[in-house]
Amino acid sequence: MKVIKNIGLVIFLAGLSIFTAVVFVGTFKLEQSTFDEYVKNNNIKSELFIDAINKDVVGKEFNGMFALSPVIAQALETANAQHIKNKEWGKRIFSKPRDMAAALGKPAGSGFITNNKGIMWLLTFGLGILGALMFILPNVILLGRKGIKNNGIYLESATNRGWIAWLVFIFLVSFYLVLYFAPQYAVNWTYLVDPISKTLSGNPAGHWFVYGFMYCTVMTVMAVRMYIKYRHNMYQVVRTTSVLFFQIVFAFLIPELMGRLQGSYNKGYDFKNAFPLDYDFFFSWNLKELIDGGGLGLFILVWGIVLTLVIVPVMVYFFGKRWYCSWVCGCGGLAETLGDPYRQHSSKSLFSWKVERWLIHAVLVFAILMTAMTLYGFFAETRTVLGIKVQAVMNTYSLLIGAVFAGVIGTGFYPIFGNRVWCRFGCPLAAYLGFVQRFKSRFRITTNGGQCISCGNCSTYCEQGIDVRAYAQKGENIIRSSCVGCGVCSAVCPRGVLKLENGPEAGRINPTQVLLGNDVDLMDLVNNK
Amino acid sequence: MEHIVIIGNGISGVAAARHIRKLSDKRITIISAETDHFFSRTALMYIYMGHMKYEHTKPYEDWFWKKNRIELKNAFVQTVDHQNNQLVFADGSTMSYDKLILAVGSKPNKFGWPGQDLDGVQGLYAKQDVDLMEQYAPNNKVCKRAVIVGGGLIGIEMAEMFHSRNIPVTFLVREESFWNGVLPDGESGMINREIERNHIDLRLSTNLVEILADENGKARAVTTDKGDTIECDIVGLTPGVSPNIDFLKESGIELGRGIKVNRHLETNIPNIYAIGDCAEQHEPIGNRRPIEAVWYTGRMMGETVAQTICGNRLEYKPGHWFNSAKFFDIEYQTYGWVFSTRACPDCDANFHWIHKDDDKCITVAFNKDTKEFVGINTFGIRMRHEIFDRWLTEKRDVNYVMEHLKDANFDPEFYSQYEKEIVSQFNAENGTNIQVKKKSWKRIFSNA
Repeated sequence: MKVIKNIGLVIFLAGLSIFTAVVFVGTFKLEQSTFDEYVKNNNIKSELFIDAINKDVVGKEFNGMFALSPVIAQALETANAQHIKNKEWGKRIFSKPRDMAAALGKPAGSGFITNNKGIMWLLTFGLGILGALMFILPNVILLGRKGIKNNGIYLESATNRGWIAWLVFIFLVSFYLVLYFAPQYAVNWTYLVDPISKTLSGNPAGHWFVYGFMYCTVMTVMAVRMYIKYRHNMYQVVRTTSVLFFQIVFAFLIPELMGRLQGSYNKGYDFKNAFPLDYDFFFSWNLKELIDGGGLGLFILVWGIVLTLVIVPVMVYFFGKRWYCSWVCGCGGLAETLGDPYRQHSSKSLFSWKVERWLIHAVLVFAILMTAMTLYGFFAETRTVLGIKVQAVMNTYSLLIGAVFAGVIGTGFYPIFGNRVWCRFGCPLAAYLGFVQRFKSRFRITTNGGQCISCGNCSTYCEQGIDVRAYAQKGENIIRSSCVGCGVCSAVCPRGVLKLENGPEAGRINPTQVLLGNDVDLMDLVNNK
Repeated sequence: MEHIVIIGNGISGVAAARHIRKLSDKRITIISAETDHFFSRTALMYIYMGHMKYEHTKPYEDWFWKKNRIELKNAFVQTVDHQNNQLVFADGSTMSYDKLILAVGSKPNKFGWPGQDLDGVQGLYAKQDVDLMEQYAPNNKVCKRAVIVGGGLIGIEMAEMFHSRNIPVTFLVREESFWNGVLPDGESGMINREIERNHIDLRLSTNLVEILADENGKARAVTTDKGDTIECDIVGLTPGVSPNIDFLKESGIELGRGIKVNRHLETNIPNIYAIGDCAEQHEPIGNRRPIEAVWYTGRMMGETVAQTICGNRLEYKPGHWFNSAKFFDIEYQTYGWVFSTRACPDCDANFHWIHKDDDKCITVAFNKDTKEFVGINTFGIRMRHEIFDRWLTEKRDVNYVMEHLKDANFDPEFYSQYEKEIVSQFNAENGTNIQVKKKSWKRIFSNA
């Protein structure tokens, strides 16, 4: 079994290495006809840019995007600079250099990777999946009998912030940096999944498709790990299945298939992605698209509003915010699968809790103010509100919160700060759900009388950094806005002290200072004081 | 300002300190020679198993003590001089007190076995014991086999610890079945099988004779009364604990097996109290033992003595007995009294149900004549403390308990439930026709 595991690891690393190496290789040759078509379709009026590309790029062979991308970027920047100087506003190109490089690079690809997409998929994703499964499946036997087996978590480099964890950290952060800030280098990856994208939506894959496909793949493989690790715990099994279903069907398949729609609205939409996590829902361009998008567009507009204002809070009232954060949400889904081995790294200090409360509510306020501005701008048909450019606010949010916080930090920092950094410190939807959960909900984690022995497993494995033990050892139920109801505190408790449940609001919060077990009059004395 | 000195920073001492601080402004000092800060002794096993690090076992962050003006002193108390209200430390320095709380805990028993003080022979009680295990049994290359002597809760914990590092374990148990002085036979048998399912070499009815040393004075093997010699690299001695009171022998404080206290946790010396594992009641409380080395009783004694010291003289009145443990992957909870077959063969009727997977069972004890419910042991199924506490107070009969068993279920959502199976067996054995009622929030919260 150990041997299978090790072979699996080698295969996985081989797949990962090829996947990484792919970024640096490949032959790119932009054909004249392709470029002409691009110019026509995108209505590019800058003859400076067209000439430069015709001269320096078209018909020439480039080795890898690292050779091609700077040339395109240079051409774009030089052309734009000249147009600005000449005040030729109509000729300016508004694409970012990196997006232009990606757009022209994609059809320019030629050579082995583009000609052997299937084989290349097998050598990257295929080997990765196979190796990972070979690494994970032997755990059915190696972990021993079913039950909580956190053996060695703090003895191993990968899960104890050792060198492996830091390597994973570097890889994840780099991956997200490419995705958000250098998509031109992801062009080769898009070829690997072109066939899948064409099957689904009929379009060639972009880097976001790579991300979406990879997201689902990683979640599926790591869900297998969850199923094995928690095979004694039906709550975890059901929850993992749910979160996987919503990711694959709602976040991936439905939006991709919507690309095939013939109607006036054929953009992908993730029906479960609620505002304000879906922060651009009320951006004016999105509102315009929805309003102009016929029946479906209007339906989505109404659905999005109802989802946030009615469905989300009502569900939180009945089930706690777990129904969203750890049963439905994509960010939560990745955290609960890929992130599960790192859940113990969330900080439980009081200081972190203070930071958390300031930060997450600040993001919520930011999101709401920004949305108010965009809505005002939309209805008043103005681009500035109170002298501030709405577009600048939107760009700042997209960059700082949408990309850096949610992506680079949120996932990249898994091996160091735990798997819920974004959900705990940043997600504005989590903050909103948290208010409902804290003040008006039937959900609580019940503490079982006086059975707690203060061992600390619950706190250690709380991904949201809640000091669960602090409540349990006092016999208090745990009612915290940040709890996502993953159920792991209850799972790791060796004494059966914790239970997630939805019950009547009366008696949900039970302040006690002396626990059950003492004779009644001491409890009365202290509790009724 | 009155100076309260507490010897021992375990759960009882810390509970006392916290509650004295809640109730008063007195100066509080906690003394310990084991660790600087309070940690959860029950979590020691998880440090070795890699579930947690030492820092995770500390229930309070290190700033907590200063913020609550609880002074901590890392020192070893040599003697208590109650005539001068003074403690003398190992380094000769002294500290005076106005009131003294002895919360000094226990030490592992040793029964004079030859070789019991060799290197590589140890118990599992203090933080230092885990460090020793790390030294003598870091992995199965250094430690080819571990032998554990003593069939109780700590013994099985140690077995699970070694097992987590794939170190082969031989487990010598004096009794003919694991922990059968406490557990009824059906349950004890199931735990025997659970131990063996985890590939522990369980040897029942076997006593340790001698621990043999190698040339460096380290344990290399043990011999048993069955005539076997078992090669090993570490020996765990876990035949129970007794109060850690040697330093009090000359103090004038009345001692028995532990520090003798009355129901107010007062010793024979005014202004000196004893709580937790080291305290011995003059008269046992109910069916409880005079010395209770249990986590929550230590906590409750701390809470009680804090009231007394702050002017509200209270009796220590533990409520209905309860406890819990975990045997490898099987959780155990008990509420009320279920006696082992050995301890009380015919005092109460026991109803025993065991699941076909052999990893879940319950035993319900009730009075044969009155049918009054007196206790339950539950393995592999979590149950609600509050519900059983209430049923015991209300002296419910066993039929009522069976009928409302779903109210007591505390397993996570989506778990299979076994109440129907349990009650139908109960009906068959007792000629009753009890129908299990659906869980009712109204009943669960009726007294809350």
